[in-house]
Amino acid sequence: MAITPPEERLWWKEPLARMEVMWISIAFVWGLVMFFTMVYWHIDGQQNLSNEAYRISPDAFAEKVEAFAAEYTVREEGDTGIPVVRPPAGGDAYMLGRLWEWWPILELKKGESYRLHLSSLDWLHGFSLQPANINIQVHPNYEMVLTVTPDEAGVYSVVCNEFCGIGHHQMVGRIHVVE
Amino acid sequence: MATTFAHRVCPDTGLKVCRHAEALIKANAVVAIVFLAIGGLFGLLVALTRWPAVHILPADLFYLALTAHGADILIFWIIFFEIAILYFASAVLLNCRLATPRFGWLGFWLMLVGALMANVAVLQGESSVMFTSYVPMQAAPHFYLGLILFAVGALIAVFVFFGTLVVAQHEKTYEGSIPLVTFGAVAAAIIAVYTIASGAIILIPTFLWSIGLIGDIDTLTYRLVWWGLGHSSQQINVAAHVAVWYAIAALTIGSKPLSEKVSRGAFLLYIAFLPIASAHHLLTDPGISSEFKVFNTSYAIYLAVLASMIHGMSVPGAIEAAQRRNGFTRGVFGWLRNAPWGNPAFSGMFLSVVMFGFVGGISGVVLGTEQLNLLMHNTLYVTGHFHGTVAAGTTLAFMAITYLVVPLIFRRELILKGWCKWQPYLFGLGAFGISMLMMGAGTLGVSRRHWDMTFSDATLSFDYPPAAFLMMGLNGVFAVLATIGGIMFIVVVVGSVLVGKPRDEETAKTAPIIFQGGGATISGHGGEATLKLPGTVTLVTVFFISFVLYYFVNWKFLSEVWPLS
Ligand code: HEM
Ligand SMILES: [Cu+2]
Ligand SMILES: [Cu+2]
Repeated sequence: MAITPPEERLWWKEPLARMEVMWISIAFVWGLVMFFTMVYWHIDGQQNLSNEAYRISPDAFAEKVEAFAAEYTVREEGDTGIPVVRPPAGGDAYMLGRLWEWWPILELKKGESYRLHLSSLDWLHGFSLQPANINIQVHPNYEMVLTVTPDEAGVYSVVCNEFCGIGHHQMVGRIHVVE
Repeated sequence: MATTFAHRVCPDTGLKVCRHAEALIKANAVVAIVFLAIGGLFGLLVALTRWPAVHILPADLFYLALTAHGADILIFWIIFFEIAILYFASAVLLNCRLATPRFGWLGFWLMLVGALMANVAVLQGESSVMFTSYVPMQAAPHFYLGLILFAVGALIAVFVFFGTLVVAQHEKTYEGSIPLVTFGAVAAAIIAVYTIASGAIILIPTFLWSIGLIGDIDTLTYRLVWWGLGHSSQQINVAAHVAVWYAIAALTIGSKPLSEKVSRGAFLLYIAFLPIASAHHLLTDPGISSEFKVFNTSYAIYLAVLASMIHGMSVPGAIEAAQRRNGFTRGVFGWLRNAPWGNPAFSGMFLSVVMFGFVGGISGVVLGTEQLNLLMHNTLYVTGHFHGTVAAGTTLAFMAITYLVVPLIFRRELILKGWCKWQPYLFGLGAFGISMLMMGAGTLGVSRRHWDMTFSDATLSFDYPPAAFLMMGLNGVFAVLATIGGIMFIVVVVGSVLVGKPRDEETAKTAPIIFQGGGATISGHGGEATLKLPGTVTLVTVFFISFVLYYFVNWKFLSEVWPLS
């Protein structure tokens, strides 16, 4: 029994049954398949997170985002006072997370690619783009740069999905994707 | 031969039970169950708050309750119980005295003081940082200190376990190799040492930072090292509950491992590969290369998943073989239909095997796939996944073995036999429900650790799809079911220990707990696997097909989101 020493003292010499050999082989091959699916997706898949990241101080990042907003703001969102910023197609877009907002609001063009820069000014935040369902961890002191290509027009929300204190559930940002 | 030591001879098993081991097993198990009760009630409050129509707690108390739920149930309940299992698997199963019982008690008290200290910190309200306590969010210093004391205590207990193995070998209290269950416990204990070391490396500086002795801690380093603790501790759970599955199958139906070599080999794979997968918590973090992520998240090439799949075959296989030997040979599933479903130890164990595999296991591999992770990172999918592993898997397995621990170690008859019979089903159904529904809501994007899915006081509004609201309501209903199952468990166990009929030699004869008969009838060579096991073949085939389909469905989902690079 499993709670007593093995009956067969030389248990490591027992032969394997056919069923065991089959199942272990299947499971092993399946592991290889899953492993190489990840590798394959890097070669041929469309959705891979970038590895591009830089160390940056919160102040320096805030400065970059403010300069970006100053240059490309097109309007304010309703009566919220939050700027809507429209970066040039193919250019850089910035969004920062801080207690408790994502700033600014972006307006992107469908089908164009943008280099999106994400970082936090204080604690960890979670960039959760809904309803597209893209979820990225955002750290202070690290600027992550990824290329995004919105492929459907609409209003997208950026929910914070990393717990960041008592205002966490109010932290919602926005991205407009226009034709 | 063995030296003498203070013990009693178990009338059920004939094993010598060291008095010190017995007392420590009792103490650790009792405290574990108290933390399960506290943590479970916090879980109910959290689930009721996330039920949009009920929304019972205000925001600050919600985050407090969530921190308490995570810490009490994931850390304190599970680890106290695991220490009890380690003492059982060493001193009791090996017929041996416990090494250095004083250190066993030192470990116990350190763990208890630490756990209480952390609870006080959380209840004071200044430490609602979640059990992961990511920097730079800061908890009160005694929150970290409590966790550190707890970890030191657990480490001492693990060394008492290793010491006992050495004593047993030295005093030749058993012949040949250690039993498979003890072997599994060794795997758990080795992983525990690694885990606690990671915990010390990250929590000690964090404590010093909280009292102002050192400056900022890098957030990425924190997450990387913290998950060396957080992830590996889940692997202790896996190794421990797999050992528990084997133990229950042996005790309730007399099953033997199909092949000692295969099962032990799988435990060795755990030791070798489990500790490396901590990066699957960092798959969407900046500044970590894809090469590292792919290698690390897949445990090299899924070698630890391979080990789990092996146990997924060999546990039901051992059960089927035993049942067939016990005479239930009709058809493909006659052995399963005629299993002792009224015995809560057996039913709890079997439900745990199935749910851990189908719910926790499959979703875990999907979640841990580098690119797929961005679909569900930090959504309730994660929470759903690990309720499949730790609630429906580990917790249910531990509950199941408690039904054997009460008569065998506490020497008490179970009270409320009818409740015992239904409890695993109720808790199992509840845990299954919350796992699936949180996974469902997470697939629709709903955030974890989030007080208000309606975003009612946010400047910018957002609505999750109506289906997500429906699921969170149903989640509340299943949470109530799980809680009822949990309360039944607590009542039965506490009641039996306090007022259950003492179990004497007479009852051990007339109402045996341990499976009688069988055992010696099978011929040695080739192990159990020389039998045909069509039921197990069917089960693993269904499992494998579900796994493959679900895996590729998620790649299909991924291919539909915005191109990213
Ligand atoms: C009565 C049974 C239980 C219920 C109703 C329940 C419910 C929940 C809910 C609703 C959440 C919160 C999701 C969120 O907002 O992020 C949660 C989180 C969690 N649960 Fe449970 N749970 C139960 C049992 C368990 C068990 C048995 C374990 C582990 C052994 C467990 C471990 C956890 C952990 C680790 C978290 C995450 C806490 C965090 O995000 O910091 N739960 N549970
Ligand atoms: Cu945030
Ligand atoms: Cu947040």
